Amino acid sequence: MKERFVKRDIISIKDFTREELDFIIKTAEKIEKEGYNRNLLNGKCIGLLFYEPSTRTRLSFDTAAQLLGATTIWFAGIEGTSVMKGETLKDTIETVANYVDLIVLRHPYDGAARWAADITTNRMKRGHKKVPVVNGGDGKNEHPTQAMLDLYSIKKTQNRIDDLDIAIVGDLKYGRTVHSLAYALALYNCKIRFVAPEILQIPEHIEAYLKRRNVKFLKYSKIEEVISDVDIIYMTRIQKERFPDENEYNKVRGIFKLNRNILSKAKTTMRILHPLPRVDEISVDVDEDIRAYYFEQAGNGVPVRMALLSLILGDE
Amino acid sequence: MNEKISDVKTNATKKGLIVRLIKDGTVIDHIPPGKGIKIAELLNLFNQDSVVIIGQNLESTKYGKKDIIKVENRFLKSEEYNKISLIAPYATINIIKNYVIQEKKKVVIPDVLEDVALCNNANCISNKEPVPSRLYVLNKNPLTVVCYYCGYEFSGENIKLKT
Repeated sequence: MKERFVKRDIISIKDFTREELDFIIKTAEKIEKEGYNRNLLNGKCIGLLFYEPSTRTRLSFDTAAQLLGATTIWFAGIEGTSVMKGETLKDTIETVANYVDLIVLRHPYDGAARWAADITTNRMKRGHKKVPVVNGGDGKNEHPTQAMLDLYSIKKTQNRIDDLDIAIVGDLKYGRTVHSLAYALALYNCKIRFVAPEILQIPEHIEAYLKRRNVKFLKYSKIEEVISDVDIIYMTRIQKERFPDENEYNKVRGIFKLNRNILSKAKTTMRILHPLPRVDEISVDVDEDIRAYYFEQAGNGVPVRMALLSLILGDE
Repeated sequence: MNEKISDVKTNATKKGLIVRLIKDGTVIDHIPPGKGIKIAELLNLFNQDSVVIIGQNLESTKYGKKDIIKVENRFLKSEEYNKISLIAPYATINIIKNYVIQEKKKVVIPDVLEDVALCNNANCISNKEPVPSRLYVLNKNPLTVVCYYCGYEFSGENIKLKT
């Protein structure tokens, strides 16, 4: 199985089999429980190219790389880079690929990571080494490594991923973590409940994808309709920055709020996940509840990303 | 192929052809009614000196009505066949040499549309930066495609071709 990951681009969850996702989870578990080789990636350099804001993805990749002995170079926001002068993504990737062994890319355009991976593959055909590209979030499309740490968090809290009842709440239209998680859950035998106002429901093309794979899913408009039945509630922020029109955003802002009152109807074994950042969709007083797991979930980003970096670069 | 030119012209008169024959060039037949002009625009036929004849709403035994394009001294490239297939999936391309049909080809929707049509997702990298588009055909009838880059699936009814 290991050989499947060497120098592999991580672009979309749809590129993975269930066995491969399970292997990543198993590798992360091993790192967390048994420790890891601090010198595994000595001499390697990871480029973190973040065209959009990020706290958890960038810092957890940076932490993961450094714990394994790699160094990192990065930019966070395009201010101060040649992108401000109109440089294309192609030219930036062609340049940075000279400096690093792996690129983590966050970009505002859907499909940017796939394009970047093609650029480094074409570069390899010209005689250079392949620089794998990891998608750290591309527009409203996908965020595959978040979905991997989400699966890891689900497994850690419920001891399984199959046979679970999972609600995904909030901005299902623009939320890239939701899209990747839905594709990931399609590989497991669980029931998905999409909770969102009509205008933010799961995109038709994702619905079509799930239907083709006979995934069990239902659509709702209120948290109250699902709260007592589910094992996981995955809350998401309304993605203000991706709305074409602020009036549209104002119609749905603050539409969902998970508070202690609603939470009182949930199972005690249920766990609340959120890719973060939170705005107001989870009341702060929920943080102290045993069911709140989102900050631990953010912590799981480190072993999962360590697992990925080890698998992609560790066996060269 | 051994038909005499004089016979071809006589038979054409007998059939009551309402548009003239062309000596050398291409006839695109079985275009859905109303799509002839779109295909002519797509092939950039209005910006050339040769004869271009577009027939609209002609009778068709197979499809009821059809459009037809005859263009002199112009032969199509393979990527142009692909483009036509997206607008007129049942079109027939006749290659004419010295008034006689030399070759008759049916257009076929390819499995991959390489830099032929645009992704319908406005935020896709292929619409934002100089990136060659690539769409995979998921279903040919009705046409459904998925973008290689952003994974966006959409119906071929709304497909926009690259010009």
